[in-house]
Amino acid sequence: MAIVVENLSYIYMKGTPFEKLALDNISLKIDSGEFAGIIGHTGSGKSTLVQHFNGLLKPSSGRVVINETDTAGKNLKELRRHVGIVFQYPEHQLFEETVYKDIAFGLVKQGIPEEKIRPAILEVIRIVGLDEDILEKSPFELSGGQKRRVAIAGVLAMKPGILVLDEPTAGLDPRGRDEIFGFIKNMHDTLGITILLVSHSMEDIARLVKRVIVMNKGRIEMDGKVSDIFNRPEALEKIGLSSPQISYLMKRLKSVLPDINDDVFTVKDARDVLIRYLSRQERKA
Amino acid sequence: MIKDITLGQYIPGDSVLHKADPRTKIILAFVYMIALFMIKTNAVPIIKVYAGFAAVTFFTFLAIVVSGIPLKYTLKGLKPILVIIVFTMLINIFTTNGTPVYPTGLLSKITVEGINTAIIMALRLALLIIGVSLLTLTTTPILLTDGIEKLLQPFKKMGLPAHELAMMMTIALRFIPTLLEETDKIMKAQSARGADFDTGNLIQRAKSFIPVLVPLFVSAFRRADELATAMEARCYRGSMGRTRMRQLKLGGNDAVIASVTCMFFACLLLLQYAI
Repeated sequence: MAIVVENLSYIYMKGTPFEKLALDNISLKIDSGEFAGIIGHTGSGKSTLVQHFNGLLKPSSGRVVINETDTAGKNLKELRRHVGIVFQYPEHQLFEETVYKDIAFGLVKQGIPEEKIRPAILEVIRIVGLDEDILEKSPFELSGGQKRRVAIAGVLAMKPGILVLDEPTAGLDPRGRDEIFGFIKNMHDTLGITILLVSHSMEDIARLVKRVIVMNKGRIEMDGKVSDIFNRPEALEKIGLSSPQISYLMKRLKSVLPDINDDVFTVKDARDVLIRYLSRQERKA
Repeated sequence: MIKDITLGQYIPGDSVLHKADPRTKIILAFVYMIALFMIKTNAVPIIKVYAGFAAVTFFTFLAIVVSGIPLKYTLKGLKPILVIIVFTMLINIFTTNGTPVYPTGLLSKITVEGINTAIIMALRLALLIIGVSLLTLTTTPILLTDGIEKLLQPFKKMGLPAHELAMMMTIALRFIPTLLEETDKIMKAQSARGADFDTGNLIQRAKSFIPVLVPLFVSAFRRADELATAMEARCYRGSMGRTRMRQLKLGGNDAVIASVTCMFFACLLLLQYAI
């Protein structure tokens, strides 16, 4: 499913002394099946932008079109089934007595018959890597990482064609983070859904996405392939961001060893480049 | 969605009213309220009563202009009590005894006195709300509670926990915006999962708020717990031996505001009762 944003502006608390222009004339197109990352400083408008994708916020001017449907239209239920948004700290929205009921909440609201709900939940619980016997537990007795997965499962259960994740791994340990990104990437590869990842971690962005959208003060500052964006660390630093740490190291190495490839943004790629470089040197010697 | 509520909202500015000491403003708000209810409403001819209210309206308007707060904003405070005002007016119009507006029919139930009382009541309520809202619009919640604490100080000897009361109020006020924001966030998260808060009958709608209320309570208790720990970690032990970083100070500014207000109401009441 594709997202088309045309000249979108959004003003918070319009008509009061606290009026604030949060999005300033944004135009953007995200194709079906893309895996894109949105980065930007706190308050740059990332969260405001993604809330337009399922009609939680309506444009002050301009429009947002999801799969040929304008989000200003009436049929929000349909729209919200197609566009799943996982908010920051999604575990704070859990409320039901059991994990099963909580994950089923969206499905029940969509009017999906009972006999179809159970298989859908069993499938989604497997995707997020949880055990079946967790289903009858109360969501409040789970660990932080488990809660997070249950909350994400509640959104995934609706099988959205577009999935927006706002800092899905904030506050998790490295292992929990890797596991969550693992199944997100897996879902993108196997189901071909469009995924938008909002993150503050340049490392995660570099590792996962193909296209990066950089936001600053309600505008899109840069938009391009990972290498195009992270090869301009000065421009990123000017707006309070940075390139992944490993790319700084590689640039330093390049200044001493001119024939090394510094077009590298993840630790894994850097390791490969260095091993290749070293074995080449060995052969020469 | 829910951010439009302007409950006890403070609007920043640096007018004379903004800079005045909160104690001055609290006391003057009381003076204003008392004076508003002391205006003679049974004066004859009735024009005297209207003159009194016109004077207070003018004074209130002047205060709004001095504060630099948009008039629209102060009037917004009337919205929630509009129902009460209209209801009071209707009751007064139909139940006051006196000369009927018209001798026969439904109009005979309406009296001239009734209409007058209704207008006066509505004016009184509206002025009351606008005048007092000027206090919260020009004073930050923190200063307001500081002022209340100071004003309650003399009652401490009688066992009134002034500091604790003020602290509770500060904390409650401090968390109103946080809770509103939280509610907004949870409502959005549940809407994204297909929750629907606007359709269905009353019971269905009330039920649809369970997915909002449960997480809201959970987070409110979590916050309270965290706040208590944070306060204890900084050695908070109540009012015993506690000093303030910002001392409240009365200045010339306060003297001017207080004397202008008191003089105005003194003159008004004197004129009303003497003539």
